[in-house]
Amino acid sequence: MGMENILRTTASRWMEGKGNFADVVISCRIRLARNLEQHPFPNALSEIQAKQVIDEVQTAVCKAPKEMGIFQFAALEDVSPLERFVLVEKHLISPQHAENPVGRAVAIKEDQSVSIMVNEEDHLRIQCLLPGLNLENAWNEASQIDDMLEGSLDIAYGEKSGYLTACPTNVGTGLRASAMVHLPALVLTNQVSRVLGLLPQLGLAVRGLYGEGSEVMGNLFQVSNQVTLGKTEEDILANLSAVTRQIVDKEKEARQVLLQDAGEQVEDRVWRAYGLLSNARLISGQEALALLSDLRLGMDLGIVSNPVSEVFNELIVITSPAHLQFFTGREMSTTARDLERAKLIRSRLI
Amino acid sequence: MYCDECKQRPATVHLTKIINGQKHESHLCPQCAQKDQEMGSFNPSFAIPNFLAALFNLNPQIEEKIVPAQSVICSKCGLSFEQITQTGRLGCNECYSEFADKLEPLLRRIHGGGQHVGKVPLRRGGSIRQRKEIEQLRARMQQLITREEFEQAAQIRDQIRSLEQGLGV
Repeated sequence: MGMENILRTTASRWMEGKGNFADVVISCRIRLARNLEQHPFPNALSEIQAKQVIDEVQTAVCKAPKEMGIFQFAALEDVSPLERFVLVEKHLISPQHAENPVGRAVAIKEDQSVSIMVNEEDHLRIQCLLPGLNLENAWNEASQIDDMLEGSLDIAYGEKSGYLTACPTNVGTGLRASAMVHLPALVLTNQVSRVLGLLPQLGLAVRGLYGEGSEVMGNLFQVSNQVTLGKTEEDILANLSAVTRQIVDKEKEARQVLLQDAGEQVEDRVWRAYGLLSNARLISGQEALALLSDLRLGMDLGIVSNPVSEVFNELIVITSPAHLQFFTGREMSTTARDLERAKLIRSRLI
Repeated sequence: MYCDECKQRPATVHLTKIINGQKHESHLCPQCAQKDQEMGSFNPSFAIPNFLAALFNLNPQIEEKIVPAQSVICSKCGLSFEQITQTGRLGCNECYSEFADKLEPLLRRIHGGGQHVGKVPLRRGGSIRQRKEIEQLRARMQQLITREEFEQAAQIRDQIRSLEQGLGV
């Protein structure tokens, strides 16, 4: 019942379009990896043990005090494949979690800002997603959920190695912090590889829209920390925040340069995107994202006043394949999806 | 001196490897040294597990001689270190202590060394939490002393004392 509500509600908290540097930083995310001490990690878990882990976590989640929010809990096998991919497109679960539902579960807070994946790579993946560059708040919220769960679950922890995780790349804090940045001007001025190319030296990684292994679309990049051991959470967040602010500065500089040196071309590009999006009858996901990116640049530069950033954020999500099929209530061919996508975008822009 | 490998070009790279106390010396030209290095390194792959598996076996020739013939198995989850290197995933919390020696160089490669200095679990952390707090306060006190802010440093010293009393130190 409750999960149905979450699936039907397209607006997530991160889509609000507010927060620090919201004209460049779309959203930020904190993910904490935790494991239960008594059980082997998910990759070495039998089906019965996996069920035990799910039961223990569900009991712990149910104990959450009301002020922490209401959580909906579901075993992934009880969620249809299409619905699972709706959750992926909402960034509430990972693609890997959706692909292998057996012995896995998820708990989602009703405003969709927090989700807890159970038996993904680790027993617990606590995630908090907020709009703009707001890593401290996201960390506080995720950390509170972590404390609440630790109140009744024995978490695997060692004094030297910190939180013990299935993959040694997460051991220590178990913290992966990331910021989703929209960098159209750096891409247009051919500076993006130079700017983002520096990140590995600063201990940061760049990924695509859906995290690890996903491709970059719509000029959206995900920047995240790589090192999890030997640094405090505060240091990791401060480093990522500082570097993200630098990226924001560079993007804004590039936007001003574009306006000054090629104002007419930029204006033309934005209005063409608007024209195509509000008139096209068939549009692929990739084309839609590319045009929405141009339109968003126009919004941020004050070239177009409509739509607002909330609509942009929502459109990125609801024009994705699983959302389109979920809301029309049927499986669709690529052409049918392109038709439906174009219709949906037109209805939001006019 | 000519290169050990091609015996044509002059040797300008001199390698000394010590494996199990046995010393191997080789003298190579830059071209053959480059090839040698390529042999020892891993194939780049973007899938993280493969990438990690490669990290575990960064130098296969040497690893083989160090790892004993019979494979060690984690007493809790039953995974062997070989299985872990194949998937890039550990089997349970005990793997961290059972394979500590083998994991240590890997963690250094990934994270650049160091120990956990971050969050400590509230309920289970107990004395670890207080000890870490004392360590952090000590570091802060040292900073204040070097900046000659002695009054604040004294306050922190008192804080450390009361925490230590609580621990029964």
